[in-house]
Amino acid sequence: MSDPLLKIESVTKKFGGFTALSNVSLEVHTGERFGLIGPNGSGKTTLINCISGTLQNDGGEIFFDGHDLNGMKPHQRTAAGIARTFQIPRPFHSMTVLDNLKIPIEYVSGIGIGQSEIAEQAMSILETMGMAEKANQETLGLTQIELRKLELARAIAAKPKLLISDEAMAGLTGNEVDEVLEILIGFNEQGMTIIMIEHIMRAVMHFSQRVICLDAGELIAEGKPDEIVKDKGVERAYLGV
Amino acid sequence: MIILELFINALISGILLGGFFVALAIGLSICFGLLDTVNIAHPTFVVAGAFCAFFLNSTFGIDPILAGVIMTPFFFALGWLIYSAYYQFFERTSAQALRGLAFFFGLLFITEVVLIMVSGVDHRLVNAAYIGKSFRGAVAGIEFSVPYRLLSAFVVAGIMTLGLQAFLDRSFFGRATRAVHQDMMALSLMGVDPVTVKRIAFGIGLGTCGIAGALMIIVIPIEPAVGRVFIGNVFAIVVLGGLGSISGTLIAAMILGIAESLVSTFFGPSWAPAVSFSILLGVLAFRPSGLLGVGDTR
Amino acid sequence: MTTVLRYKFELGCVLVLVLAFVLTQIGVNNFFFFAGFAVVQFVMIATAWNILGGYGGYINFGTAGFLGVGSYTAIALIQWSDVSIVPQIIIGALMAGLLGLFIGYFTLRLRGVYFAIATLALAIVLETFVNNWDFVGGAAGISILPPRNPELLGVMIVDRKGAGIFDNNTEFLFFLISAMAIFSVWIARTIERGKLGRGLNAIKDNEEAAECMGVPTLRLKLVATTVSGSLMGAAGAIFPNYLTFVDPLTAFNLEFAINALAMPMIGGTFTWIGPVIGALLLGTVQQIAIVTISSELNLLILGVVLVIFVVAAPHGIVGWFMKKN
Repeated sequence: MSDPLLKIESVTKKFGGFTALSNVSLEVHTGERFGLIGPNGSGKTTLINCISGTLQNDGGEIFFDGHDLNGMKPHQRTAAGIARTFQIPRPFHSMTVLDNLKIPIEYVSGIGIGQSEIAEQAMSILETMGMAEKANQETLGLTQIELRKLELARAIAAKPKLLISDEAMAGLTGNEVDEVLEILIGFNEQGMTIIMIEHIMRAVMHFSQRVICLDAGELIAEGKPDEIVKDKGVERAYLGV
Repeated sequence: MIILELFINALISGILLGGFFVALAIGLSICFGLLDTVNIAHPTFVVAGAFCAFFLNSTFGIDPILAGVIMTPFFFALGWLIYSAYYQFFERTSAQALRGLAFFFGLLFITEVVLIMVSGVDHRLVNAAYIGKSFRGAVAGIEFSVPYRLLSAFVVAGIMTLGLQAFLDRSFFGRATRAVHQDMMALSLMGVDPVTVKRIAFGIGLGTCGIAGALMIIVIPIEPAVGRVFIGNVFAIVVLGGLGSISGTLIAAMILGIAESLVSTFFGPSWAPAVSFSILLGVLAFRPSGLLGVGDTR
Repeated sequence: MTTVLRYKFELGCVLVLVLAFVLTQIGVNNFFFFAGFAVVQFVMIATAWNILGGYGGYINFGTAGFLGVGSYTAIALIQWSDVSIVPQIIIGALMAGLLGLFIGYFTLRLRGVYFAIATLALAIVLETFVNNWDFVGGAAGISILPPRNPELLGVMIVDRKGAGIFDNNTEFLFFLISAMAIFSVWIARTIERGKLGRGLNAIKDNEEAAECMGVPTLRLKLVATTVSGSLMGAAGAIFPNYLTFVDPLTAFNLEFAINALAMPMIGGTFTWIGPVIGALLLGTVQQIAIVTISSELNLLILGVVLVIFVVAAPHGIVGWFMKKN
């Protein structure tokens, strides 16, 4: 078995007296579709923040593609191949949809190439997302699903080896969820490793090959989707029984 | 022996000065620390309060501290109005932070210019029974003097701080103010209008300018531009103490007062502004959350 | 023909420079150059401010500090070794740039608010420091005598008797500041249209997202701060020769801070044209106002106009025009 793409060893994160993550360890392999679930406040986004570099973990190690991420700033981690979306979309609101995508291309995946080629690459991603006609629109007028697709498109524009999608489907209708799932599976088939954080269970179950569940900062279950669904600990975490 | 005497006196002045600094900074600690509104015009409003005290004192002979108390409701109302405008134009639409800052900077400027137009650029002082005299004593052969004007500022500032601390800890609106800093949604779900709470909080923050201004003109002669000198002070205190913590503001004000007083005595008063600025930079560089901060600097 | 169109901005710059030069050669009243210098200086200052403030969203209240550093570096150089004006400007720019780097290093890792406060406090501290530095005149100020027969590379620049290129020092300085202002605008436009400008915009819009999208936010902010500060330092370095008497109160005047802020915000912060229009407009109005109304009233109106624009017209004059189309 080759080395995992992402290796998290005993990661801990505290905020003052509050422990957000406690001794979390996991491995994600190249090409894997990985689900991360857990009730609100269980530490999912904190874990993502530690992987992406927005936060620095207090204890433990994170290895990505052979590199020790300790001390690496978020933009360096993005250059190394990690891209993430934000739970609440954060578009660059003074730019058009297309220009939003050009930023990660210009700074990460397309360093040194000319402006017209950058625009082409950005456009092709928008076409994959089904948003090509919105290319020159300001981000202020976009609908919820368009914003979430933009958020994904922008992360994908960085051509990451690992994409972390943080509740990208929150608030979407059933059809819209399917649309986004299809896009993600499509990119995974092209070789992108994807970690998905979601509350929408059918999406997680359909998408993931492996799932872990966090609760109160601890990893309480790990396994295939159908195993997790039956896990007593997971049930307790969500239902409080 | 002389050095020790200088040191003791500088220490005493520093502590008293620290008390004055608390009065100066506490309003900002509330506005910036709890409401996240960067009112850089705060020191200028204190100067406006000082001019009000001067006016009441020179025209009607009213004791400056009493004048400060009289002016407090007016400054509270002004704070209410200013926050309402700020909220309407900036926070509600979550406009760029840049614009909010520019707004307060504009207020700073307008206030200063109005003061110049009303009162000219001359320095102003007030008169009161306790200004000009000092308490002199000697302990173990070391002579020290405690100027009454600094002492009175210290006492009043202390009362004001304790009062505000008690208000924030015990009263409903006080606790609501702390809550609004932490979770606006939860607050509104409990039936409290967060905007009203913020208006009151900002009003209180600005309300302190009445008394703080009176203390300022008791301690030093003032002129319209003097507020700028205190910007570094006030922000150094608020940042060092930690956003949102009254006791942090108190400790930081003491530290700054003593530091400035010592530097002033041993290196010359012209270096005093450098002290506050160095502290500000130092804190931002090494411990941005301050001593007791609950806020978020990033 | 297409080459001409592609470089129309650069051509425009050259034309403006030529115009500035021609103005000095024909018989225009000297007051025009005196007032014109101030307006053009503001074009440079507003443009410099906007590189960090408008493009990057990090507001600098301490413009006066950077200008003052430039001015007093020039004065110190004159006092020390009668250095001529071009090295004064270059070294003044360098010192101010280093100052920007220093402040930025400490404060740009945090929220923009802290940078703003630090710059404001900085200006005051620098003023205090210079107040006590007798070598450059201290609080009392210092007189600067223009060089008697200044030469540049062997060419006589200024000669009252008409043998030099310019008839007097004011004309020469007007031309020099015009050249510097055009250079600043060129730098701003180059940044705006390039990778750095796009990165700065991303930072302004959402810094955390920009960082996660691969933008090296701290590095870009430091670059913008250093460039902005250097240009301000250069604008300050030329000041002593123009004023001929400088004291800390003048060099570190808070008016610079409000103008540096108001001109881009009123003109429009998202493009290089905004600060230029804002500076030309406000600068000219203020020059007229200073002779007709009191300087306090002038400042009051400026403050009120700033607040109105900040509240009602966030995209400035240029933005308003663009929306109409």
